[in-house]
Amino acid sequence: MSQSLIQDQPRMSGKRQRLTKPELLAPAGSLEKLKFAVHYGADAVYIGGQKYGLRSNADNFSFEEMREGVQFAAKYGAKVFVATNIYAHQEDLDGVEEYLKQLEDAGIAAIIAADPAIVETAQRVAPKLEVHLSTQQSTMNWQAVQFWKEEGLPRVVLARETTMEEIREMKSRVDIELEVFIHGAMCSSVSGRCVLSNHFTDRDSNRGGCCQSCRWKYDLHADEQSVMEPGQNPFTMSSKDLCMIQHIPDLIEAGVDSFKIEGRMKSIHYVASVVNVYRQAIDAYMADPEGYQLRPEWVEDIGKAANRPLNTGFFYAVPGAEEHIYEAEEKPAPYDFAAIVTDYDETTGIATVQQRSPFRPGMQVEFFGPGGRQFVQQLGEITDAAGNPLEAARHPLQKVLVKTDHPVSPLDLMRKRLS
Amino acid sequence: MERYINAGATAVLIGESRYGMRQPGEIGADHIKEAVTAAHRLGAKAYVNMNKLYRNDELGSLPEYLTLVKDAEADAIVFGDPAVLMNLRQYAPELKWFWNAEMTGTNSSAAAYWGRRGAARAVLARELNEEEIADLKSKAEMEIQIQAHGMTNIYHSHRNLIQSYLEHLGREATLVRKGADQGLFLVEAERPDEKFPVYEDDNGTHVMSPDDICLLEALPELIAAGVDSLFVEPLLKSDAYNETVLKSYRQALDLWQRKHDEYVFNNQWLTAIRKLQNPDRELGFGFLYKEQVY
Repeated sequence: MSQSLIQDQPRMSGKRQRLTKPELLAPAGSLEKLKFAVHYGADAVYIGGQKYGLRSNADNFSFEEMREGVQFAAKYGAKVFVATNIYAHQEDLDGVEEYLKQLEDAGIAAIIAADPAIVETAQRVAPKLEVHLSTQQSTMNWQAVQFWKEEGLPRVVLARETTMEEIREMKSRVDIELEVFIHGAMCSSVSGRCVLSNHFTDRDSNRGGCCQSCRWKYDLHADEQSVMEPGQNPFTMSSKDLCMIQHIPDLIEAGVDSFKIEGRMKSIHYVASVVNVYRQAIDAYMADPEGYQLRPEWVEDIGKAANRPLNTGFFYAVPGAEEHIYEAEEKPAPYDFAAIVTDYDETTGIATVQQRSPFRPGMQVEFFGPGGRQFVQQLGEITDAAGNPLEAARHPLQKVLVKTDHPVSPLDLMRKRLS
Repeated sequence: MERYINAGATAVLIGESRYGMRQPGEIGADHIKEAVTAAHRLGAKAYVNMNKLYRNDELGSLPEYLTLVKDAEADAIVFGDPAVLMNLRQYAPELKWFWNAEMTGTNSSAAAYWGRRGAARAVLARELNEEEIADLKSKAEMEIQIQAHGMTNIYHSHRNLIQSYLEHLGREATLVRKGADQGLFLVEAERPDEKFPVYEDDNGTHVMSPDDICLLEALPELIAAGVDSLFVEPLLKSDAYNETVLKSYRQALDLWQRKHDEYVFNNQWLTAIRKLQNPDRELGFGFLYKEQVY
């Protein structure tokens, strides 16, 4: 049992480790988002079911939708995980066995769980479900990782506080899959160790009720008075969002098994854009580690979907003054998606698109698809399905025909810059 | 420590910030044995707090510290990082231990999980209500500890949020203060009457509740619910305040023990605490009678 602690030597030393291609794991807040995440290159997606997840406000999956999602993902060789990452109270545990069995039955590959009650129940009643330890357990040292390995878990999602150096050491000491957040919003607290919402609003943050009190503005008092001077920004715990696109080689060489993108509440545009970029970066590095170069358009594309400033979290240093958001309100992402391509006629060069936000002739838009295909063009005439010219595409889900400068494919997206 | 025992504590939690978080005072490795012996001499138990979340480079000293704590004959250690359990199994398997994962100890199955791995006691999250506590105790088959009095930690970060903010303001040179008792508070715009103590130390940034739990009036219910240990949080309070609190709880518990058929709550117990209570901080029942949503 405690043999492990003596096993102090790195598994591989000296020679450079053969690189293993990491999994790209994307959030999917709905069946439609799941399809985009997979189509744009995710190797696996994680979703929420009707219970036990930490996004109680999200558009969570029914078992029926899960089945459909699993089938869709399987066509691409991708897996579906379900977040069951709450810290349960007694009342929540009624029905947990049945729920986990149904996940297994729906073809879900793994659950992401923090509460030992759920971990253990899944191991007992749904043996085909892998159990991945959630970041909510805040695992940040190799012996804790070792503990969970000995408990039979094949994978640990590390705490967001873990550094690159610490990950390397964990990977060298413990033979287990490590999943690491590489992109998205972060708790500024140690995950699970925050009950601000419970105190402010009686909403339980560890059961999905988080109201993001860490992003509120506070006055810091010292000696009975505010430390703020006129014109200065108030105190906040609000963290910039994580973005590791500039450090893909480091992450792969450290041996991270799964690159996780945060954001079950984010849009299709966000998920498709971010997955698209990381897919390209990982593939480029694995194809030619020596010749790998970060492409500036990857950074730009991520910026098009980001609604907060970005940083590298704890990977290289403890976040300081520059890594928090003291300034006024966050802005919306600079781009939003205007339409989804549903069909393309090669002979006429006309695409059929489904409207997702208003657009009109003359507008500058960008089409993009998996693998980094993209081009900017000015929209010419647009028509409805019957060929009648439109002054603007105003209606959600409206079917619209547009001529594109280059060929496009179904599930390509058309995005527009927000003014 | 001795004052708290004399005031009525039957066990004390001791330690240092290298291994435990939010200790009201530092009792370093050199003094553990002395402190445990002193507690035992006074008829109290001494538990050593090791409740922090460890990093790789902090693991190296765990074998030595656990050996020292065991040799000092501490009555138990308290922790929430499985790394401590890994070391305990190897270096101090006879040491008794309590599971304390702060906000995340919320159900009996999780408590029992740690119980089957050797935990003698589970320390429950402060965000449980009485019904949940009673239900948990009835199912977990182990000792349970709840916080009965004092402030609670409601947010813990490994970020240096005060230092970062003061740097942002350009005032780090004049204002950065490390340690618990520096008189720093957060006030949220819509809740001007609530002052949240905040401080930064080697373990990061800690935000504390703006009011104090006081379950003194609920003691008979808690005993009926099967609570085995009542914790008084001494953090950010004067020794005189803590002594008064301990005396009041001691008197109530002693009276209950002597003749619980005739037990009547004595308002003096509460009045004594109220006299020393910071007027900015309300005394309340915490989550004992609350329903939460999510």
